[in-house]
Amino acid sequence: MACMSKGDWYSPVQFWRSGPSPGSLYSFPGVLTAENTRFSQRSQAPITTGTSVLGIAFDGGVAIAADVLCSYGSLARFRDCPRVMHVNDNIILGAGGDYADYQYLKDVIEQKILEEECLNDGFSLKPKALHCWLTRVMYNRRSKLDPFWNSFIVGGLQDNEPFLGTVDKLGTAYVDHHIATGYGAYMALPLMREAVEKNPNMTQKEAQKLLIKCLQVLYYRDARSYPKFQIATLTKEGVTVEGPLTLDQNWEVAHMVRDGV
Amino acid sequence: MASVLVPEFERPGFSFENCQRNAFLQSKGFPVPKAVKTGTTIVGIIYKDGVILGADTRATEDVLISDKNCAKIHYLAPNMYCCGAGTAADTSKTTQLIASQLELHRLNTGRVVPVVTANRMLSQMLFRASLVLGGVDNTGPHLYCIYPHGSSDNVPYATMGSGSLAAMAVFESTWKPNMNEEEGKQLVRDAIASGIFNDLGSGSNVDVCVIRKGSVDYLRPFDQANVKG
Repeated sequence: MACMSKGDWYSPVQFWRSGPSPGSLYSFPGVLTAENTRFSQRSQAPITTGTSVLGIAFDGGVAIAADVLCSYGSLARFRDCPRVMHVNDNIILGAGGDYADYQYLKDVIEQKILEEECLNDGFSLKPKALHCWLTRVMYNRRSKLDPFWNSFIVGGLQDNEPFLGTVDKLGTAYVDHHIATGYGAYMALPLMREAVEKNPNMTQKEAQKLLIKCLQVLYYRDARSYPKFQIATLTKEGVTVEGPLTLDQNWEVAHMVRDGV
Repeated sequence: MASVLVPEFERPGFSFENCQRNAFLQSKGFPVPKAVKTGTTIVGIIYKDGVILGADTRATEDVLISDKNCAKIHYLAPNMYCCGAGTAADTSKTTQLIASQLELHRLNTGRVVPVVTANRMLSQMLFRASLVLGGVDNTGPHLYCIYPHGSSDNVPYATMGSGSLAAMAVFESTWKPNMNEEEGKQLVRDAIASGIFNDLGSGSNVDVCVIRKGSVDYLRPFDQANVKG
């Protein structure tokens, strides 16, 4: 809240104090510029990362799937990192990218839910609201040149309709019925689009099967993926987070690949 | 270039002639030519009786479409065809050069040219193009992917170009060995369609080329996925 301590009836406070002055360039407070980062710097690269996250909305709910690997560069370092979280009975959230940033935001979101429970007023956070909040947080951090290096998929039931949205480290946000981040955007999204075109009203089982098929294709072709995964499903009955499950792998094709001449 | 009929004796092994020149140019700031990947989806599969190759038909100049219906499946020999991704001039001229070399080879030896011959010639003539080479010879069907830097892979299914990830997703989920011709053509069409609809560098129609022992079907267009209006 703005402090009006300096003003009174006879000399009101200046209306446009410490704001941009017309005609000159305004330096936004809090932005990391060359001046204030001369002797210290925030690291701009993600360290421990998760790869693609896949999300699909079906008739009556949503499902989000991700593998359980956190890579340390090219090392498959942490092979048991859950990347999908159960926020509340209306919302599930999947995250890819820097794991430390995800853990921080996970704590913030959990605290938000706790405080809401304490209010005990019958209202609970809805997925669109979380998506909107997350978008603002991500965009503001990127505007300060200190991003949360993540791509999130938020899913849930908004007024009994399935909702699926995504936000990335730049603050780009959009809502769709099938979303994939990371390498999934190149490999899983074409498969999901094709399946949804053939079958617009999928059942829960079909949607889960599709996500697992996409994860399998990603395991074959993404060098930072892992055959163990988690899949979270949300319907009006509630939330189930199954995992870690293991993918089926078929390497019979190896017999047909001979050394290139 | 020396032809097969008048061979020039070449020293065996890698020729290091240009290394000093390249190092000098790089030190003077001349950029090393990069393998530029231009918009395309090209695929190949091995099915029961032979090889099926597929390609989209969009040629782009940066962000503009310069040709809505170009042919990316090039003739090499009566039993071999090659799809090319990369600079259009490079892919078509390289394949024409190798096609003439293969014809001379065939006349010289009097036999059906094996596919490995074309693979070796194409990988040694490096011109920043990525190729999917398929053919049927006396030892059966063969499919190779040749990368811009000269390596090649002998594979049962291959995709190259900017739409290769979308097409490979279709293959990884649906390819199986010993498919019949109809299933094979449908799979190739689906993979190219995946590239066309999900990659901005690929578009227009699907061309398919089926190569069996003794006959070839060059189906252009196989599927007009994007008819105007």
